[in-house]
Amino acid sequence: MDNMTLIAIASIITAGLTIALGSIGPALGEGRAVATALSSLAQQPDAATTITRTLFVGLAMIESIAIYCFVVSMILIFANPFWNHVIAQAPGK
Amino acid sequence: MRLSPDEMIFWQQGFLKLNGTIVFTWGLMFVLAVGSKLITRNLSTELKRSRWQNLLEIVVTGIEKQIEDVGLRHPKKYIGFLGTLFLFVALASLCTVIPGYEPPTGSLSTTAALALCVLVAVPFFGIEEQGLGGYLKSYAEPTIIMLPFNIISELSRTLALAVRLFGNMMSGTMILAILLTITPFIFPIAMSALGLLTGMVQAYIFSILAAVYIAAATRGRKARPEPMQDIQA
Repeated sequence: MDNMTLIAIASIITAGLTIALGSIGPALGEGRAVATALSSLAQQPDAATTITRTLFVGLAMIESIAIYCFVVSMILIFANPFWNHVIAQAPGK
Repeated sequence: MRLSPDEMIFWQQGFLKLNGTIVFTWGLMFVLAVGSKLITRNLSTELKRSRWQNLLEIVVTGIEKQIEDVGLRHPKKYIGFLGTLFLFVALASLCTVIPGYEPPTGSLSTTAALALCVLVAVPFFGIEEQGLGGYLKSYAEPTIIMLPFNIISELSRTLALAVRLFGNMMSGTMILAILLTITPFIFPIAMSALGLLTGMVQAYIFSILAAVYIAAATRGRKARPEPMQDIQA
C-alpha cells in the first residue's frame, strides 16, 4: 500500500472512531443532567425558570465536547491537511 | 460539499474576494441597522403605539431582564454589546428559512471574530468597574499559583465559544445536505425545524456565556457584602 491509501484508511477509521467514542461521554453526561434537572423540577416547580436556564447553559457546555469531536471528524473527512499535502506532492495526478 | 459559506464566491478580483460570509454578514447588519432605525424613527409614549415598537420593546426588555438575571446590576450598560451579539447570532440562524441563504455563523472566521470581541470586552468592562489593579489582581486569586491557569482558561474559553457556535451551525447545514441525499422529502424539513431551535439556543447561550464572563470580571470586592445587608434588612 502506498502513502495515499494508508492516509485515506487512517483518516476514515479515525473519523468514525472520533465521533463514536466522543459522543459516548457527552451522551451520558447530558442524560444525567436532564434526569437531575427533571427531578428537581418535580420537587420545586417554582424555581423552573432558574433550573431551565442553568440546564440549557450546562447542556450547551456538555454538548460542545461532542461538537468538538464532530468538527475534528469533519476536518478529517472533508478538509484533511495530510491528504491535501500528499495530493499536492503526487506528480501528474 | 461546502464546509462553510467562505467557499461561496460572488465576485473576485486579484486577492480581493467577496465571499458568502461577507455578503450575508453585511446583509444581516443592514437589516438590523435599517430596521431598528426605521422603527425608532417615530416612537410614542402614549397608549396607542405601532406593532413594530411593541416588538422592539419586547426584545429589548427581554434581553435586559436576562442580563440582570445573570448578575450584572446595570443591564443598560451592557445591552449594547450583549444584545447585539444575541440579535446577530439569532437573526443569522433565523434567516436560514430563506432559500439560498447560508448562516455566516457557519464560518469559523465569523465566530472567531465574535469570540475575540468577547475576549476584548471582558477586560474592558472589568477594568472599567474595578480599575486596572483590581482587575489584574483577580487573575491571581485564590493564590498566585493559579495565575497561569487563569490565563489559559481565558484563552481556552474564547476558543470554545468560537468552535461551539461554528460546530453547531456547520453541523446543521451538513446534516441537511447529507439527509437530502438519503431521504429527500420529509426528514430535511424536520431537521431544519430542529436547526432553527438549535440556532436560537446557541444565540442565547453565546450571549449568556459572554454575560457570565463579564459578570465574573466585574464582580469586585465591593459587590460581595451585599447579601449580608439583605439579611439584616
